[in-house]
Amino acid sequence: MSNSNSLYINPYSLRVNGANREVADSQVSESLLFVLRERLGCTGTKNACTEGECGSCVVLVDGVLTCSCLVLAATVVGREITTIEGLGIAESADEKLLDERGGLLPVQQAFVDEGAVQCGFCTPGLIVAVHDLLEANPNPSEGDVREALSGNLCRCTGYGRILAAVRSACEQMRSPL
Amino acid sequence: MSCLQAAVSAVEHTSVVIDTKERSRDRGVGADVSRPDGVPKVQGRFAFSSDLWADNFLWGHTLRSPHPSALISNIDIGPALAFGGVHAVLLASDVPGQLNFGLDHQDQPVLAADQVRYVGEPVALVAAEHPDIARRAAEAIVVNYEVIAPLTDSEVASEAPPMHPDGNVIRRLGIRHGDLSLTGEVVVEGSYEVGMQDQAFMGPESGMALPEEDGGVELFVSTQWLHVDRSQIAACLGLAEEQVRITLAGVGGAFGAREDLSLQVHLCLLAQHTQKPVKMVYSRDESFLGHVHRHPAKMWYRHHADRQGHLIKVEARIVLDGGAYASSSAAVIANASCFAAGPYKVLAAEVEGLAVRTNNPPCGAMRGFGAVQTCFAHEAQMDKLAAALGMDPVELRLLNALAPGDRLITGQVITGAFPVAEVIRQCAQAPSPVLPPTNDYRDLPGGSGRTTKAEDTVRGTGFAVGFKNLMFSEGFDDYSSAACRVSNGVATITCACAEVGQGFVTLAQQIARTELSVDEVILAPAQTVTSKSAGSTSASRQTWMSGGAVQAACRKEREQILSDVGAKWDVSPDGLVLRDGMVVCIDGQRQASLAQLTAEQDYEADVVFRHVPTQTLDENGQGNIHVSFACAAHRVIVDVDPDLGLVRVRDITTAQDVGRILNPTQALGQIEGGIAQGVGLALMEEIVLDDGLVRNNSFTDYVIPTTLDMPEVTIAAFIEEPEPGAPYGAKGIGEPPTISSSAAVAAAVRDATGLSLERIPIRPYDIALADH
Repeated sequence: MSNSNSLYINPYSLRVNGANREVADSQVSESLLFVLRERLGCTGTKNACTEGECGSCVVLVDGVLTCSCLVLAATVVGREITTIEGLGIAESADEKLLDERGGLLPVQQAFVDEGAVQCGFCTPGLIVAVHDLLEANPNPSEGDVREALSGNLCRCTGYGRILAAVRSACEQMRSPL
Repeated sequence: MSCLQAAVSAVEHTSVVIDTKERSRDRGVGADVSRPDGVPKVQGRFAFSSDLWADNFLWGHTLRSPHPSALISNIDIGPALAFGGVHAVLLASDVPGQLNFGLDHQDQPVLAADQVRYVGEPVALVAAEHPDIARRAAEAIVVNYEVIAPLTDSEVASEAPPMHPDGNVIRRLGIRHGDLSLTGEVVVEGSYEVGMQDQAFMGPESGMALPEEDGGVELFVSTQWLHVDRSQIAACLGLAEEQVRITLAGVGGAFGAREDLSLQVHLCLLAQHTQKPVKMVYSRDESFLGHVHRHPAKMWYRHHADRQGHLIKVEARIVLDGGAYASSSAAVIANASCFAAGPYKVLAAEVEGLAVRTNNPPCGAMRGFGAVQTCFAHEAQMDKLAAALGMDPVELRLLNALAPGDRLITGQVITGAFPVAEVIRQCAQAPSPVLPPTNDYRDLPGGSGRTTKAEDTVRGTGFAVGFKNLMFSEGFDDYSSAACRVSNGVATITCACAEVGQGFVTLAQQIARTELSVDEVILAPAQTVTSKSAGSTSASRQTWMSGGAVQAACRKEREQILSDVGAKWDVSPDGLVLRDGMVVCIDGQRQASLAQLTAEQDYEADVVFRHVPTQTLDENGQGNIHVSFACAAHRVIVDVDPDLGLVRVRDITTAQDVGRILNPTQALGQIEGGIAQGVGLALMEEIVLDDGLVRNNSFTDYVIPTTLDMPEVTIAAFIEEPEPGAPYGAKGIGEPPTISSSAAVAAAVRDATGLSLERIPIRPYDIALADH
């Protein structure tokens, strides 16, 4: 019988949303998703399939959209990791600001306003994916949007309000108030 | 207890609310108000049941049966206990109370003792300090199985040797209506089949249990009905119900799959044994094994009509595969049978419904609840009949459409709103979208696979109508409860209604604003300690039932406030109104702010809200067993690559009977989402079984619609005919979109290909390899 304790590795540090975060008592087998959620408290990154099919766990690693469930945490030491908590001002803002709905990215506000959120489990992954799309292409066609988001499963909405929210966010970004 | 506080504070995000900028009249019933939990959800701050944390908590894991049928001769937990970091390994013998659980019928073991009856049946539990340790320790448990040939054919199950002490027939019912000797001049017949669909909610089964000092347990979990979980858990733990305290944790979708218990008792057992908080999160492959599915159905139909197309008689036999345990199969087969003829007038009907046990995975509730399966069959029959009569399929449906005053095949006279003809007409008359030939691969069958040229596709259009009951039927004592408190002008609503994504939290606030003229409405967490039962978030019932309870509580409160103010001012309460946050006397002389009145005194009201009682079915399947009905129609356009058997749905147009819309955007979201699940069932979603083994329990192999599969959904009309007895006349709207959308997609593919396609999901080889 193997001694499971031998799988624990030395503490290491990840750079998450601009801050260095110590990871202690971790096993080498832990995915970036697991470490973000269970060791660093970034539970906004979700765990719907943990096999790279649903997009609920996507984060940016050095600016590249990545399924955090498919990456071992210890392999992204020194890389810049951005999670849903690092978009907008969700991470740094005080509660009062958040309650006034301040600090939302246009796409976050559009998801709220257009009814793109139901149960919300797919939402953080979709926000990260849409943010990534619009950074690269501020004027995507309907087909571009559908293709870019085809790796993000949603079971509640049928995607209609999500696509409406992306259209609305694009318009807002083109002509900010 | 610090860990408890940690868990509670995590859950409190679910009640984040408040936007004080706008006046209530803009954000009351009927307004396009956004969800109160929308902001935390887009920020990743909303705590789901998989996001819970407590000091020194342990991870639970479940060892499951690899066999669909086997006797257990011996279990050795020694190897699991040898792992460092393992705190408990539990078996059936560790269950202190009732050994079985179940919604209607307690026939399902908490843990298998001496026999397993389906693949994935829980056998043992482990709690450990790390999820990988818990999993590996569970895998190290040695279970000696004596494998038995599984019973997997639902059509022979009722005659086969019993695979459960309660036998293989869960429910058999017959509906005999009208003069059964009648026959029609035109007769069409068909056999139909529906595969096993999964609810595939995004948030996996998960939760956390914490031991309590009184020997009880605190549970944070995603569920559809807190109080029915509580009664089942308490029975299995041998505790009083009050000792099981459940709080709804953030729910990542449900669609019926959270009506039955999954990990609830397991979590509580582990917490009690270890005296530590225990968390469990199912992986996706485990989730597919860990909840009930939509029943696979085998159906035979014969429709009789006269030459003009009037339905004379419908004969049907329906067999639902309930899998290993009863779950809600008895109610599902009742629905499938009662709605077997569709929303049509028919002089006579003879329906035999049968739900059986097999060694397939257990089946129970899923959106549409029995009506989906028979809708696929009765709508295929209506198209067949239209072809035999040489009639337009829409005209045939209009000719036979049920209306208030007509009788269902169960003898029940329809009362209230039921605009079947109107949904058919509105949907059929909506302008067809212009869909010019395209070479954008994303709009073609095969999509990004780039397999198909536009010129190789054929187009088809299909139409279908469906209906079902709203709320619980067959004499069930169905109620909800809500409390309302107003203090300093702020209303707090306490209700145990499970918000699973459908938007009750928004509606509850809108209702309170409308009834009490307040701005701020806080929703207290849904808990068994603070609330009586709200009933299940299923059967399209919470807008009516818990919405009705909230409305009634607010109205009771309003009466108290106006009565007190009237006494103070020496005027009749009838001369007072609540408007813009003020109590105003209609003489125009006096007014007082609600904020001030309720600063001086808190007002509290609580109510239990019931719908009208229903009857049970008699020996001929007759009786007034339902409260209310809702219907919808769908028109679907598809492009098909007949050589490859690939389908691209290009447009879906719908009209739906909604009673009254309380929130237009949420209504639209329910309809679009429900249709997507119907498209999935029609074309891609099926749990593939191979002699009882599940072959595709992952999102790699069980495929649900993506942005590239779903077309634009066009709402031809919301038919707003207010329903008597429902709050504001609003009907539940969650299920009808799923009922007839599958049937309409299948009809469109038939229209495109000329194939009979009597089974859904339609697989590529059903088209490409069909005998032409």
